[in-house]
Amino acid sequence: MKKLSARRRHPLAALVVLLFALAATGGLYAAFAPAKPAQAEGAATALSDIEEGKKLYLSGCSSCHGLNGQGSSDGPSLVGVGAAAVDFQVMTGRMPMQQQGPQAPRKPVVFTQEQSDQLGAFIASLGAGPAVPREEDYALEEGNNAMIAEGGELFRTNCSQCHNFAGEGGALPDGKFAPSLVDVDPKHIYEAMLTGPQNMPSFPDTIMPPEQKKAIVTYITGVTKDEPNPGGLGLGRLGPVSEGLFVWIFGLGFLIAAAIWIAARTPKARTK
Amino acid sequence: MSNAHSNKATGPIPDNAATKTADYFDERLGIYGAAKKNLRKVFPDHWSFMLGEVALYSFIIILLTGVWLTLFFKPSMTEVVYDGSYVPLQGIHMSEAYASTLDISFDIRGGLAIRQIHHWAALIFVSSLFVHMFRIFFTGAFRKPREMNWLFGFLLLVLAMVNGFTGYSLPDDLLSGTGLRIAEGVVLAIPLVGTYLQFFLFGGEFPGTDIVPRLFTIHVLLVPAIMVGLLTVHLILVFYHKHTQFPGAGRTEKNVVGLPLLPVYTAKAGGFFFIVFGITAALGGLVQINPIWSYGPYHPGQITAGSQPDWYIGFLEGSLRIMPNWETNLWGHTISWNVLIPSLVVPGVMFTFIAAYPWLEAWVTGDKREHHLLDRPRNVPVRTGLGAAWIAMYLVLWIGGGNDIIATHFHLSINSITWTMRVLFFVAPVLAFVVARRIAMALQRRDKDKVLHGRETGIIKKLPHGEFIEVHEPLDAERLHFLTSHEQPTPAALPPAVDENGVARKLKPGEKLRVRLSRWYFDEKVEKPTAEEYKEITSGHGHH
Ligand code: HEC
Ligand code: HEC
Ligand code: HEM
Repeated sequence: MKKLSARRRHPLAALVVLLFALAATGGLYAAFAPAKPAQAEGAATALSDIEEGKKLYLSGCSSCHGLNGQGSSDGPSLVGVGAAAVDFQVMTGRMPMQQQGPQAPRKPVVFTQEQSDQLGAFIASLGAGPAVPREEDYALEEGNNAMIAEGGELFRTNCSQCHNFAGEGGALPDGKFAPSLVDVDPKHIYEAMLTGPQNMPSFPDTIMPPEQKKAIVTYITGVTKDEPNPGGLGLGRLGPVSEGLFVWIFGLGFLIAAAIWIAARTPKARTK
Repeated sequence: MSNAHSNKATGPIPDNAATKTADYFDERLGIYGAAKKNLRKVFPDHWSFMLGEVALYSFIIILLTGVWLTLFFKPSMTEVVYDGSYVPLQGIHMSEAYASTLDISFDIRGGLAIRQIHHWAALIFVSSLFVHMFRIFFTGAFRKPREMNWLFGFLLLVLAMVNGFTGYSLPDDLLSGTGLRIAEGVVLAIPLVGTYLQFFLFGGEFPGTDIVPRLFTIHVLLVPAIMVGLLTVHLILVFYHKHTQFPGAGRTEKNVVGLPLLPVYTAKAGGFFFIVFGITAALGGLVQINPIWSYGPYHPGQITAGSQPDWYIGFLEGSLRIMPNWETNLWGHTISWNVLIPSLVVPGVMFTFIAAYPWLEAWVTGDKREHHLLDRPRNVPVRTGLGAAWIAMYLVLWIGGGNDIIATHFHLSINSITWTMRVLFFVAPVLAFVVARRIAMALQRRDKDKVLHGRETGIIKKLPHGEFIEVHEPLDAERLHFLTSHEQPTPAALPPAVDENGVARKLKPGEKLRVRLSRWYFDEKVEKPTAEEYKEITSGHGHH
């Protein structure tokens, strides 16, 4: 409670409240809207989804991305980015963006999966783009060792230069950064490759076939995320920098303390 | 040996096996004489004198674990397909060097622990060399007659860094290869001969198949052999010169006050060895270092964020990272200032300064006497300031080497960190100098105060007329001596411009500069209290 009341004064509080209100309206609307008769999957669903998506879009996104997704000075055009981009941006909390900064960071998610799908359907209707991957595209294959090894090779070739060898993230110029991949959903990893958010290059299927993407997802989730550190404490898996700090603070720190301790233990009679 | 030693005092030597053995060796090696002379050597006792021991012990640990590693490591670039027990790399093509390091880590009993101990010991070794060196520097222990030993120590430091770098490059993992690639760039940037030198070192284009076996020979044979030799000389010289000591009652330039080598000092040193070994082994067993399996095998087309060298090469990395991208083109040849300056000129100047410092200082002070009593750092403020400035410059470069990690962890822009470090590279040493010198002077002033007015006891007394005073207790003689025994040299002065015959005097070249530097060293000082001052204050009204 205390925490909540303290945060009420946060400059972003108003925005959060607004977003909640928007989300709630969306949810209520969905709940109270005349229930449609059970529909066959396909065009009809898509159509109503597009409708819903458009409404959500107009209230939450159009201020930056323009009324028809054509973009504005505050946000890029969304024509042709596809539902995968929307799912990634919305379901990792990046969109709607709150603050102009070097890069839109991950935040708590404000839309439900359904709303995100509706937004995606709407954006996809503006221009063809990559669709949200299906579960079997990124489902992990436990025990497929060859795939893990291939994924590692691909990861080191395509991703580690920005995201670090263990997926711990890294810095890019001007305050931008490649985030840590440790807690990212397999689906979102796949989508990130598919759509190339912000400063990340995209890896469309023509460049990187779906099999390879799946291998990378498997490697990230199975190895960089879950692997215990065989050598002991991992020190954040940041490489030699954390090792160096550690050796000075703990290694040498202890040794100097030990030296002081030993030197202080002197048979007094003999020193004079 | 101690047997023989103590028996001499108590009476006839019993004719047991130990004595016979000792006698056998004495007749052939003269051990009694040597022992008598050396075991009575006395070592002064101060914690900072044990920093060199940390270096010695960690070096021993490195040698022991290193020899073990050679039993299993294969210094070869032959391509193999990995089929060991680390699943994520199974079926991957890699060099034998990398595969054998994986085997050491995962398939050889105790291998990972030994590798990690070796690596942690290397990090501890180099850090202890630095602090050891700083101790020598700040206390003036490098002065005559120990300048040569300073130089030997300096060479050991450089060789340790070189050997660390070569060791880091051996496993042929992604970070090794990246480091070598940078080293190659540095070699290439050397004007005129760079390209030839690079071909000579690598036996062809980068990376080639020669470099790892060559580095192996350098790492396990060439450099360690030189180091063991230098180390022996270093220690013999310590013995021969006898250890320095801090000033104190009964301590002079001619004696050494401390603990006898046997048994006290040996016991302490032996115990300390086990502490160093224990801490290193604990690190090796509990804390992961250089997880080469996560880095993956080296491939020229791959790289990872967070590619950094071990800490002691970090300052070079930082130097490269913060250098602006300057190049000039001369008659079709590119001179890469962006590599030359940060990787050769800057460290060259910084380390030459260290190597040459004893001679620089001796030249400035004109002091040709021997010194066996140490300076307290506060009593030589300019030297202390210079040391602080050097450390500050080194730290700035070091921090620059981790600019990406700092950027991601503190949400800063890597560009602003780089710019900050560029500015600090010039500003921080000056600031550090000024601050350290000021602090040293202030401490001298406090010492003077203590000498004249005694120690603050914390006891407040109310005088009959209502005034409160704090009771000061005069220092004992030993302490007084300690606080006032240092020398305060007078700065050099230029001789009169004309000699007694009215002929213009010829100055030795550089004499003017020397006098100016000498003033800078010694002009500003906190005059030591004189005996008269002391008497006047302590006999008179006392406290104020
Ligand atoms: C405050 C302004 C703002 C709001 C509100 C906003 N966005 Fe964005 N959006 C941006 C900006 C700016 C970018 C570009 C980010 C970048 O490249 O740094 C972006 C990028 C995107 C992208 C990625 C485009 C691509 O090329 O891959 C998608 C998809 C997206 N937004 C969807 C949405 C959706 C859906 C909403 C509403 C829920 C929304 N945005 C709300 C500013 C905004
Ligand atoms: C040029 C650098 C670069 C490369 C190469 C790169 N990324 Fe990224 N990646 C980024 C940046 C920058 C972001 C942050 C984008 C954002 O916040 O919208 C990012 C974001 C991501 C995210 C989202 C993380 C999150 O917190 O939601 C994933 C997942 C991801 N990348 C995976 C990959 C994979 C897999 C590869 C290799 C196929 C890869 N990246 C290659 C720079 C890169
Ligand atoms: C005679 C002395 C030495 C021997 C025989 C030796 C032997 C070895 C061998 C065989 C390796 C490769 C195997 C492997 O790491 O995984 C190695 C690696 C290494 N050595 Fe040494 N070494 C010696 C001295 C040193 C010194 C003086 C330093 C540093 C100051 C050092 C630092 C390293 C480092 C950093 C590695 C990196 C590899 C790792 O992570 O394990 N070594 N050494």
